[in-house]
Amino acid sequence: MSKFVIIGNSAGAIGCVEGIRSIDKDSEITLIASEPYHTYSRPLISYLLWGKTDEQRMKYRPDSFYKDNNVNAMLGKTVVKIDAEKKTVTLDSGEVISYDKLMYATGSSPFVPPMEGLETVEKKFSFMTLDDAHALEAQLTKDARVLVIGAGLIGLKCVEGIADRVGEITVVDMADRILPSVLDSEGAALVQSFIEEHGVKFCLSDSAAKFEKNKAVLKSGKEIEFDLLVLAVGVRPNVSLIKEAGAKVNRGVVTNEKCETSLPDIYAAGDCTESHDISIDQERVLALLPNAYMQGETAGINMAGGEKLYDSAIPMNAMGMFGYHMITAGSYDGDIYTEKSGRNYKKLFYKDNRLVGYIMIGDIARAGIYTSLIKKKTPLDSIDFELIKHKPQLMAFSKKKREEFLAK
Amino acid sequence: MKRVYVNEKWCLGCHLCEYNCAYANSGKDDMVKALKNVKINPRIQIEEKDGISFAVQCRHCEEPLCVKGCITGALSIQDGIIEVDKDKCVGCFTCILSCPYGAIMPDDDGHAIQKCELCVKNANGEPACVAGCPNKAIVFEER
Ligand SMILES: Cc1cc2nc3c(=O)[nH]c(=O)nc-3n(C[C@H](O)[C@H](O)[C@H](O)COP(=O)(O)OP(=O)(O)OC[C@H]3O[C@@H](n4cnc5c(N)ncnc54)[C@H](O)[C@@H]3O)c2cc1C
Ligand code: SF4
Ligand code: SF4
Repeated sequence: MSKFVIIGNSAGAIGCVEGIRSIDKDSEITLIASEPYHTYSRPLISYLLWGKTDEQRMKYRPDSFYKDNNVNAMLGKTVVKIDAEKKTVTLDSGEVISYDKLMYATGSSPFVPPMEGLETVEKKFSFMTLDDAHALEAQLTKDARVLVIGAGLIGLKCVEGIADRVGEITVVDMADRILPSVLDSEGAALVQSFIEEHGVKFCLSDSAAKFEKNKAVLKSGKEIEFDLLVLAVGVRPNVSLIKEAGAKVNRGVVTNEKCETSLPDIYAAGDCTESHDISIDQERVLALLPNAYMQGETAGINMAGGEKLYDSAIPMNAMGMFGYHMITAGSYDGDIYTEKSGRNYKKLFYKDNRLVGYIMIGDIARAGIYTSLIKKKTPLDSIDFELIKHKPQLMAFSKKKREEFLAK
Repeated sequence: MKRVYVNEKWCLGCHLCEYNCAYANSGKDDMVKALKNVKINPRIQIEEKDGISFAVQCRHCEEPLCVKGCITGALSIQDGIIEVDKDKCVGCFTCILSCPYGAIMPDDDGHAIQKCELCVKNANGEPACVAGCPNKAIVFEER
């Protein structure tokens, strides 16, 4: 019998519980998290404000999850120290808990760069947690003017969530396009024009130089009056605890394919870590929910004595804005195949006989077939690339492969 | 576990499985009302080219990437069958991004997804596509 301790209660942590329990039904699992809530889906905070879900349906796992999995959940408690030698964690209450194996799945926090006069703004919000969503919701009024700093995924999802509930929204971003880490310029322009049709204004290639209470002065000199300010510039991995404990940390916690950190018996998963992006063969932080879950699950299986490697991480995003959908994966490098018609847009990126990335906007049917080509590094000369370029389909594979897919 | 398996060389490309799927999941008990003048959106789909055709639907994977990646927990494994809780699903389409077979699609109104659930949730209880296949090009069995 081992004693497992998990820090966190979101995708990484839940993946870890399920990974451990797929092998070990009996050992003690203690899960500690600062947020006092039953595990919930973080991306749903925007859907909550939009009225597309509620707090019950937002739960990432059923109410009986901790009981069913025999997990001792200590919610509303924060770990303040990890002692990797004594193998203990210390809570804010002073309580000390020992572990045989530890999972570190602390996620990330909003990053707020220093901005002049930010302290003069009364109503400012981050958009990361259920508490953030509630705080923002309490201030939403039909005529509120909202300024969102950051046109990334989190900023735009916030926009979608509140668009029907406020007067006007302006989004400012330093980048020259929206969703700069997800879309290319052409794709971004398409999505931007769609969002603009919903009454949202954008100020791109610009940034807030200073704030004066209810006014932002942009670098370009433009002035914007607002009632509510949402800061969605970016997120930073929560690494301080494990760094202090002596683990190797670059931008995120460094882990290997088993999701072990550099410290013995300490594993890590999710937004706090770096993953090995196989589409560019480099380490990077992939702050995405599927990635967090799969790292957590892999770690859990290894912690419980099983064997599992997580070796197919790539950046990938599925996102909708007001019903207009986009799916993207991999890296945008190499030769390009483009298809455009109206609001449908597709780009495939391929190099060295492999698909390395794609962007699909509008028509996203069967996108996962492309994702799989990237992850499996399928040699393009082993399939009918001309056929699959046009439409993701299994017909493009050899008869033998199709049989493997559908008859085995 | 019993799954639907495809025998490509027997497939006639008649698309009956698509119609039977759409009917089985329509919740209606009149085939004409369910299908006439309706653009069907079946969970099983025929691929065809140059005289070859075959049906594709969810493989009910042992390592289901759709379930692992689902951002809400709407997808889950119930006795080996990969099911979707449409009440929880918000239609983010992360599962469409994840499924290597292209077996998940938006439902009719686009606010959630739909996928083959082996007819366990509809009145058939067993896959209607298989029952109606005239040439045993899809079978429901243990392998
Ligand atoms: C608005 C929004 C929309 C998003 N949309 C998408 C999307 O569409 N698709 C997608 O793939 N991803 C999306 N994401 C990202 C996704 O939410 C994250 O990748 C995912 O939640 C990461 O899970 P995690 O377990 O690593 O960490 P987190 O979800 O950040 O959870 C960290 C947990 O650790 C706890 N914790 C932290 N420090 C301590 C401590 N010292 N002691 C105790 N507990 C601690 C916290 O309380 C929390 O429970 C979105 C994020 C946001 C904010
Ligand atoms: S939907 Fe796709 S990934 Fe999910 S179980 Fe079915 S075939 Fe597998
Ligand atoms: S579309 Fe629905 S089932 Fe698919 S990942 Fe999103 S919430 Fe889950």
